[in-house]
Amino acid sequence: MPRLLTGNRLETGDVLWWAGSDWSLHIRDAVAVDDDGEALIARLAPQERINDLVLIDVDPTPDGWRPRSTRERVRAVGPSVRPDFALPSLPVDAI
Amino acid sequence: MYRYDEYDQAVVDARVAEFRDQVERRLKNEISEEAFKPLRLMNGLYLQLHAYMLRVAIPYGTVDSRQMRMLAHIARRYDRGYGHFTTRQNIQYNWMKLEEMPDLLADLASVEMHAFQTSGNCIRNISSDQFAAAAADEIADPRPYAELLRQWSTLHPEFSFLPRKFKIAVTGSTIDRAAIKLHDIGLELVQNEAGEIGLKVLVGGGMGRTPMLGHVIREYLPVADYLSYMEAILRVYNRHGRRDNIYKARIKILVNDLGPAEFARQVEEEWALVKPLGLDPPPSELARIAAHFAPPVLDANAPVEIDLSNPDFANWVAVNTHPHKAPGYTIVTISLKAPGEIPGDASADQMDIIADLAQRYAGDEIRVTHAQNLVLPHVRRADLFDLWQVLVSAGLATANLDRASDIISCPGLDYCTLANARSIPIAQKLAVKLAPQEADLGELKIKVSGCINGCGHHHAGHIGILGVDRKGEENYQLLLGGSGAEDATLAKILGPGFDENGIVTAVEKVIDRYKTLRADPAERFLDTYRRVGAEPFKEAVYG
Ligand code: HEM
Ligand code: SF4
Repeated sequence: MPRLLTGNRLETGDVLWWAGSDWSLHIRDAVAVDDDGEALIARLAPQERINDLVLIDVDPTPDGWRPRSTRERVRAVGPSVRPDFALPSLPVDAI
Repeated sequence: MYRYDEYDQAVVDARVAEFRDQVERRLKNEISEEAFKPLRLMNGLYLQLHAYMLRVAIPYGTVDSRQMRMLAHIARRYDRGYGHFTTRQNIQYNWMKLEEMPDLLADLASVEMHAFQTSGNCIRNISSDQFAAAAADEIADPRPYAELLRQWSTLHPEFSFLPRKFKIAVTGSTIDRAAIKLHDIGLELVQNEAGEIGLKVLVGGGMGRTPMLGHVIREYLPVADYLSYMEAILRVYNRHGRRDNIYKARIKILVNDLGPAEFARQVEEEWALVKPLGLDPPPSELARIAAHFAPPVLDANAPVEIDLSNPDFANWVAVNTHPHKAPGYTIVTISLKAPGEIPGDASADQMDIIADLAQRYAGDEIRVTHAQNLVLPHVRRADLFDLWQVLVSAGLATANLDRASDIISCPGLDYCTLANARSIPIAQKLAVKLAPQEADLGELKIKVSGCINGCGHHHAGHIGILGVDRKGEENYQLLLGGSGAEDATLAKILGPGFDENGIVTAVEKVIDRYKTLRADPAERFLDTYRRVGAEPFKEAVYG
């Protein structure tokens, strides 16, 4: 099952997705890390710039990555009760 | 309103400067996140699902218009134009940036506010009755006693690292609007035979994973002595509370394990040691604090009779106002629960409007209620119509206080890292469905939490809803029969849980059954449930 690396930016708290060589605000830019995930965390965590680094399970869909857990779908899109703040990452009703 | 003296202000200003330095060092990587996290939490800053979240303390739920305007300014300048009023009478902002925190906290300090002790294992913001100093049913204003507790507990070195968080509520009325039986310590102002004011002391209440009702350990404590008695309670707890197990660390577990009588005995023993140390303030100090809370000068000739010919206005007056001590005055509750909206959320513009109204019509005071509404405590009945018209135009005139659509909801999985399920959408759906029939249903308190921590008071709901995780899916348990008022009881789970649509239907079935069971139209849901028990409702939902 594909896995993505995610965390929150220290300065702003923004939700970030690992996009291969840098971070993106949008899950649609994310690159699956699969077996390299732990090694990436081991490399990035000591830099102390991204909080709460974690690997999450996703399914590929025609619209892009779909996190398996509701929690991560909410993180990817924004609060389901404020569609006006939704990121253009997944449709709000995908939560 | 209490005004900071030089000591209060110096403490808060020093804290802002200290945190500014800590944030700078963190941003420069001079301190690790591991070292920094406890420091930011001590300043009320959590990392939530989408961003940082800041919880600002509102002591005993009271602010003036200047402070409310600052809360609006913060929503606008540092957040996305809104804030969330919570069941602990505080406000939370959901879209905070760490790099902006020092300036934000300096803004807050300029109006005598801060965010410390809104997280961590310390004595948290002291909560109180939102109708304090105004309610016709009150013995005395509880807030001077809460304020002294605030001063005593602020940065109290001995109680900054307790076994677990500690919540105190104070009320001055036998009608309990502060949920004192569901706090670590609940205090109720009472009078002895000589008419002197003292405090009834309850300990060991709380919600969360192991909900319990508090026990009375003292029927009457002279106010002159209460601070040293509080110190004694905290010392016994600090010494014997279960630091080994986070789930057993609250004082309720200790009180339950020892038994209330033994706990009380240990407190008395400790008190005998603490009392001679001279901690209790002289009466003049309590009087100095109390003077800050003097109610505004009220118009003795304020008319009682008002024109109620507009039916919408008359309905709002009937539902959202409460008897005031003074004839010609009333207490207004501004509902933050328009059906379909997010319970407890207010926009910056709404906060500004409410600040203006408070200044113009309510003695410059606003209260936050534990049901996530706002209160204007001292309003001339003759001003009600003008006030109501402003509320209507601001979308704040929903007439639903304590009714089915006045639902308490925690942030749940839309914002909270600890959540198992979303709570706000459930509250929204229920409010929209139930609003059309709520006048017929009368008092009905529905409370929704997104996990077992119970921030949405589901155990104290006439109808409580608890979000759980069922194999990765959001699932909801239904609880019935709770109350957080003077007739406090803990709600009980009715049966197996439901999905998002199922829980809404289940609540509707419970309500339909209640309508066939109630003895007369005035019998509340809670009273019907207490009379007939859970069985008929089980049958209605699962049968
Ligand atoms: C950052 C979001 C929040 C976190 C991490 C959080 C965490 C917790 C935890 C862990 C407990 C359980 C404490 C225990 O059982 O020992 C709890 C209880 C509680 N929280 Fe929250 N909470 C949050 C938001 C809120 C909000 C928004 C409110 C008000 C709407 C609130 C009010 C309460 C209340 C009233 C209780 C139960 C009373 C008690 O402590 O027994 N919390 N919270
Ligand atoms: S009850 Fe759970 S989900 Fe709701 S705010 Fe508290 S910790 Fe978060």
